[in-house]
Amino acid sequence: MTDRYLELVCPAGTPAALRAAVDAGADTVYCGFRDCTNARNYPGLNFDPDELRDGVAYARARGCKVLVAINTFPRAGNQAPWHRAVDQAAAAGADAVILADLGVLDYATRHHPALRRHLSVQASAANAPSIAFYRDHFDVKRVVLPRVLSVREVAALVEETGIETEVFAFGSVGPMSEGRCFLSSYLTGLSPTSEGACAPASHVAYIDRDGEVLSRLGSTTLNTFARGEPAAYPTPCKGRYVTLGRASYLFEEPVGLNAIAILPELKAAGVTALKIEGRQRSRAYVAQIVGAFRQALDALARGETPPVAALSGETEGGRETFGAYQKGWR
Amino acid sequence: MSTRPPSRLTLGPLLFHWPAQKRRDFYLRIADEAPVDTVYLGEVVCSKRESVFAPFRAEVIERLRAAGKEVVLSTLALVTTAREVDEIRTLVAEGSLVEANDVACLQVLAGRPHVVGPYVNVFNEGARDFVAGHGATRIVLPVEMPATSIRTVADTVGGTELEVQVFGRLPLSVAMRCYHARAHNRTKDHCQLVCGLDPDGLTAETVDGVDILTINGTQTLTHGHGVLLAELAMLQADGVTHFRLSPHDLDMVRVASIHRDVLDGRCDGADAIEALRPLTGSVPYVNGFLHGREGLAWVGRP
Repeated sequence: MTDRYLELVCPAGTPAALRAAVDAGADTVYCGFRDCTNARNYPGLNFDPDELRDGVAYARARGCKVLVAINTFPRAGNQAPWHRAVDQAAAAGADAVILADLGVLDYATRHHPALRRHLSVQASAANAPSIAFYRDHFDVKRVVLPRVLSVREVAALVEETGIETEVFAFGSVGPMSEGRCFLSSYLTGLSPTSEGACAPASHVAYIDRDGEVLSRLGSTTLNTFARGEPAAYPTPCKGRYVTLGRASYLFEEPVGLNAIAILPELKAAGVTALKIEGRQRSRAYVAQIVGAFRQALDALARGETPPVAALSGETEGGRETFGAYQKGWR
Repeated sequence: MSTRPPSRLTLGPLLFHWPAQKRRDFYLRIADEAPVDTVYLGEVVCSKRESVFAPFRAEVIERLRAAGKEVVLSTLALVTTAREVDEIRTLVAEGSLVEANDVACLQVLAGRPHVVGPYVNVFNEGARDFVAGHGATRIVLPVEMPATSIRTVADTVGGTELEVQVFGRLPLSVAMRCYHARAHNRTKDHCQLVCGLDPDGLTAETVDGVDILTINGTQTLTHGHGVLLAELAMLQADGVTHFRLSPHDLDMVRVASIHRDVLDGRCDGADAIEALRPLTGSVPYVNGFLHGREGLAWVGRP
């Protein structure tokens, strides 16, 4: 795949989703262990070491790579699960680990120098000196860029650091600097940074009141809906809040990120890989999104105009945005 | 216990956008009257605000130093533009002690002694050892850290100083998007620094009328003030060396005195909270993060 247009990096929340993504044309899949060491620590998801070994075998037989996300921040006094996860990823033959914590990066660099290291979006490296710091100290080969940058800013970073970059192409729009957002733990006591679950389902409730539905996280109401209206999942940055007497989606409209129409711009910016989000989504979702991106990338690689895929039904709220890519939220 | 270092009281960087004259008067009063050992100066939230205070900066630094305060220069929490990177380079070149709030600053410092700010994640002893090995002499811990973790990270062997915010609204997130501008139906490019209207931030309520968050430009903070007066003795015993007060538009000299009295054992935490209440209006207090609870919780005396 030396003439690859852009590497397509796809979510594998479960072994079944891994196979679905590989079969639908992923170049690379990413997954995590079934514990607090990865940022999608939700019930029913993720891999144990044996499943990872099987997943690596399945993917490799089909020319596909496997990345393991170990991208939360260990709690003090309990670093062992993170160190073990790095050891197990290496033992399973993973192509790279995706890390965020300075201590875990240091551990992986010292104990598994040959295991390729990628920098997680959770490390929030949004400028050239930050990227250079991780490159110089931990020999990081690729950085997953925060969703806060415009295409122009991405191009400048690629040029200045000379490092491989991976950018989000499909999923949610994250307005906050990731890995250092404490909104969810402020409301629930459970930390996305340490426990790997933002707005955990155990703390979500939908309450019927006077003909409307309140969505709550912990004891805090994040939105109201008319009964029968689809109620979006209550993540703190996607709630409605009242400022200056007016209720609004203060942080982010209920829209999804879809960069499929700007793939040539991302390619021209020097991006190496596209990340599809959705380890918590179904196998069918993964197959559909991966398939659509595969088609688009193959068409572009042949110099053709890609077919317009109807993916808007799959984005959050059924509406799409380029996120920060076009204007950088100016 | 007899070798415990003295507890230092610090004034964190002003997070809100105050007019230059108000800032200058604030810091000159701090220099003259507040029993704080260290003052952090610098714009952490938005680089568009920086030029406003520039004419008074040198005077304020000089007056604080003349009053015997350690001055630490704080950097932006989210750095994305080349101009912002250049500003970090200029700051580091000045040679003063710097608080690094983005990993970019660590790269520019290249191992020189510095303070790691609360916006760089140091959650565990592995990360602590790494930054300490690369020049960090003090680490300001993330606001989310529970006491059990603080105890573990407290480095009694290596001597790295540890700082915890003990007063003021707790920063919860930084973003590229400006929520102050959004709340006023403006774009970030045409914000006209509307964040300056709210010296303690703009309250965001839930749709059912509960005050929940504070908006400060691109930053989001708790609505309640983080207050750890009742936990100061425990934090001292656990190895925290520096205790941060985050500036608000209220009598910070009195806030500092109240904390100094508790740190020195002249006043008990519960009495100190009673003394603090009249200064903070109707804003509630929170301390849940330290107790391993939801951050908005208030855990009374166990």
